[in-house]
Parts: sequence; structure tokens; C-alpha cells
Amino acid sequence: MHMADALLSPAAGATFWAGTLAAIAYCSKKLKETMDEKMVPLMGVLGAFIFAAQMINFTIPATGSSGHLGGGMILSIVLGPYAAFVVMASVLTVQALFFADGGLLALGCNIWNLGIYPCFIAYPLIYKPLAGSGATSGRITAAAMISGVVGLQLGAFSVVLQTLLSGRSELPFNTFVLLMQPIHLGIGIVEGFVTAGVINFIKSARPEIIESAFSTRPIAAGVSLRNVLVGLSVAALLTGGTLSWFASANPDGLEWSIEKTFGKPELPEQPQGITHSLKRVQEATSFLPDYSFRKTGEKTESAGAGEKAEVWPNVESGKSLSGMVGSGIVIGMILLIGFSIKAVKKKT
Amino acid sequence: MFDTEFFNLGYLDRLSYQNTFIHRIDPRIKLISSLMFIVAVVSFPKYAVTGLLPFFIFPVLFLTLGDIPFRFILKKILFVSPFAVFIGIFNPLLDSQPALNFLGFTVSRGWMSFVSIMLKFSLTISAALLLIATTSFPGICFAMQKLRIPKAFVAQLLFLYRYLFVLMEEAMKIVRARDMRSFNKRGKGIKHFVPLIGVLFIRTVDRAERVYNAMLARGFNGKIYSTKAYALTMSDILFIFASVGLILLFRVVNLTTLIGRWTTG
Repeated sequence: MHMADALLSPAAGATFWAGTLAAIAYCSKKLKETMDEKMVPLMGVLGAFIFAAQMINFTIPATGSSGHLGGGMILSIVLGPYAAFVVMASVLTVQALFFADGGLLALGCNIWNLGIYPCFIAYPLIYKPLAGSGATSGRITAAAMISGVVGLQLGAFSVVLQTLLSGRSELPFNTFVLLMQPIHLGIGIVEGFVTAGVINFIKSARPEIIESAFSTRPIAAGVSLRNVLVGLSVAALLTGGTLSWFASANPDGLEWSIEKTFGKPELPEQPQGITHSLKRVQEATSFLPDYSFRKTGEKTESAGAGEKAEVWPNVESGKSLSGMVGSGIVIGMILLIGFSIKAVKKKT
Repeated sequence: MFDTEFFNLGYLDRLSYQNTFIHRIDPRIKLISSLMFIVAVVSFPKYAVTGLLPFFIFPVLFLTLGDIPFRFILKKILFVSPFAVFIGIFNPLLDSQPALNFLGFTVSRGWMSFVSIMLKFSLTISAALLLIATTSFPGICFAMQKLRIPKAFVAQLLFLYRYLFVLMEEAMKIVRARDMRSFNKRGKGIKHFVPLIGVLFIRTVDRAERVYNAMLARGFNGKIYSTKAYALTMSDILFIFASVGLILLFRVVNLTTLIGRWTTG
């Protein structure tokens, strides 16, 4: 599922762009160091392959609907994580531009969701250990299945987090998670099944492709647990950064800031100790379910709009009227400009 | 052949090679102003509706000055809208506090935020589509390279784009052949899909081998060069100043309510 610009706040979008750009830069550097130049055309053509493969639909058993391939896991298995990530990022960039899947600000999130998780978590931590080097087709199937499901579950969860961090949707955390995860469980199983089938097919038809992919590339072996842990902590830091950003921008959603504003903590707090730290954990996590309660937060945001922010309970007919009339005039003017340009262009 | 297939990818690509005022503007300028536009639109708070309306002048100008067919862009926007609609539609259901009152009708905050999401959606999606429709893909790659996106990634994008149409043609042949030997949904399941993809994959890898050999024969040394030279002109500079100025103006001043207040007194 692609994240959309309209559901993002600039802060969340920028944060994930930063993470994605850092990952692209890191992978590019890694590729430059280790890659033989033969990989350049191979990666490019395999990116095009993902598109071509997505044109071929298949019917999903029991549902009657049709699906197509995602491709992140196949790429990781054949190319190794660094090259696969760069290919995935390029595929998603073309999709964002030509199909408008999501949009340009959300592209950072989408590359993160569909690239980082399969390439740097599902592949090195699940697929590789499970499949091993001299894998049988049964092991490949199991490994592809599990890693496909885990990768997509993480991606779907990430969409939920990005939406909630942005605060444009009213959907409460629990409902959203319950909507997203089961859908993507189904998609993940199908994707895992197809991935396993394709890898086994290639292995039986042309074993040297996969074997050479394992042996000639030091890249595949180069993903150490340490690197992944570093990556994960960077991700955690980024997410934490966004959280605190929001904490300062929209104080009302967070209980701690209510306490701060009214200066009335509910409990006589101990400055240290386990209750204190537990409370901090609770404070940090409690704002997700409560995220829909934003009453005055919009004021702080729209204060930048240079005029007096509207207070919501204040339902005023006069104000609504001027807003409606103004909207009508603005739309009319834009249409007028558009049509007159068209008319002038036709004449010339 | 690509005009109607696979989300009109080929048609969109062909539109980008027109020669209009908008198409002639430097890719870097268009990329930067599109990104600014998107960030400005998205930065509006959750319930903003009126403040977003003036921004529609940008897609209108791109459509008319760039000779892009409106219905085509509209169709593409509608095609990708389900996710935003699906997530947004919960807002009116979950947030029913009254926001404004107009001629006896009460509009809830949830509807306001839903309309806001939809306005932002159409603005940001049309910005992405119009960017590619008025700037060729290689142009955008060039702009990205100038904006310090790693070279390996830009080269990857160019390669992908170069072979996209070649491989799509191959996939179309496969689909046609499968359609001819399968009736209704028989033969379109996963069981037959997997070997098709497998064969396509193997053909792709073989093609990469041939491409690489051909590149070596032409003196490939690991670097990729661009032959088209871009230089900033006076109109580019005017364009960036005008668009940045307008974006900032629309973001800071709510023109819609301002006009509304003038006219209604």
C-alpha cells in the first residue's frame, strides 16, 4: 500500500525522506566499493523487469481478485540487499512520477516502507539464516514465505505510524492497525508464495544465476548483524525525532504537556525511580491512541498563517459566509484564467 | 502501443517531449518549485480548506500553458485516489463536532478535514503528474544529479527508464500469449504465473549480459554521461521567483477569506 502526500505532515515526510536519502547514499557508496561494473546494466534491466512483471496479473486463489508482484524479496535474493534497495528505490521513484502512486513527498516514506524492510530486515535477518547457502526448495519456500510476510507487515505498520505521526487522519491507532495488518498478511502470503516459486524456478532452470549471485558478490555476505542494528537504531532515532517534533508542535495531544500547561500533575511525582520512568514510557506511548484529540493544536500551526487563528467551538455564520463567497470567487478566477489561456492559445 | 497500456505510461512520456513555455523551463527549476509547492500544500493544518484553494492556479497554469489534456490527468488522479479516500472517509465518521454553519446547514469538523485531505491529495498528485508531463524523465534525472542525489542512483533510474519500454513490450507479448491459450480465469492462477515470471526473469538477465557486452564494445568505463546541456535562462529565473513568491503568498495569507471579507463587507 502506498502512502499518500495528502495524509502526511511536512515533518513526517521530511524525516522519512532524510532516512531514505541516507540509505540511498549509503548503498550507492557500498555499491561503488564492491561492485563490478557488470552490475550497472543488470540492476537497471532488473528494475524494468519489476515493471514488466507487474503488468502480468494473476488471479488470487479463493478471492477471485487479481494481484501482481511486489518484487522486493526477489531482488534482495538475487542481487543482495544494497543493489536491491537501490533498484527498489528507482522503481518506486518511477511509480511516483508516472503513476502518481503516493506523490513526491510520500516517496521517502514509500521507499522506506517497501525498500528498507525487505532488503535490510526481512532478507538478512530472516531469509538468509532460514534458507542457508545450499538451500533445498522446501527451505527456500519457507524462508521466502516468512520473510515476505514479515517485510510487508513491517511496511504496513510503518504506513500506520506515518499516518498517525502526521495527524491528518482521525483513525485511531488500534482500528488502523486492525485494518492494515490483516490485509497485508494476505498480500504477504501471496507475495511470499510467488517469490518462492520464482526463485525455485530460476534455481532449477538456471542455477548459475543464483549461485553466482551468492558467490561473486561479497555484498550478500557483507550484511552483518552490526550494520542492521546500526540501521535500526538510526530508524528509531529518526522516529523519535519526529515524535518529539510533534510533541513540541502540538502540545495538546500529549498528557504531559497538559500537565505542563496547567501546572497540575495528577500525582505528586517522585523525581526519580521506577514510577517516574514508567510514567515517562506511558507518556511517550499514550499519545498514539489519543492522537485524535486535537483541539487547540491547530491554532499553533495556523498561527503562522499571519492572521488570528480560528477557534473551533466558535461557529459563526458570518465567517462561514465570507469563507464560502471567497471560495467561490477564487475558484471562479482560477477557472477564468485557465479558460482564457486556452482560448488565447487556440487562436494563435 | 504504449499509449493505452499500463497506466498510459507511454502517453505521459510522449507529452513530456512537447515544446511549450512550461516544457522549456529548466528541469531543476521545475523540480525545486514542485517540491516547494507540495511542502507548502501539505503544511496546511488539518482543517484548512479555504487557504488551499488559491494553489489550484498552479495546476491550471501547467495544464493550459503546457498543453496537457485535463481529462487525462483527472483520470489518472481518480485512479490512484482510493487509498486517500479510504483513509480520509473515516474523519467525517469519527469527528462530528460542528465546524461551521452556512444557511442553516451545519458542517462537521470531520467533513472539513476530509475535504482538506482531498484538496491536498488532488494538488500534490497533480503536481507530480504535471512535473513528469512537462519535464522529460531524463530531465528530472539530470536535475536530481545536480541536486546531489548519488550518481549510482541516478544512473540506475536512467537505465531503468531506458529498458522499461523494451521489457514492457516483452511482458505484453507474454500476456497476449497467455490470454490466447487460457479461457476465462483458467490458466491465470499462481501456478502458471510463476513460470511465466521465471522465464521473463531469465530472459531479463540474459538481456543484461548482452547490454553489458554492447556497452563494453562502445567503450563503457563505469561512468555515464549526459549529452544534453542545460543552462539557466532569464525566463527560468523569472519563473522560480514568481512561483516561490506566489507559493509563499498563498501559504502566509489566506486570500480566499480575504476576498470573501471584502465582498461581503
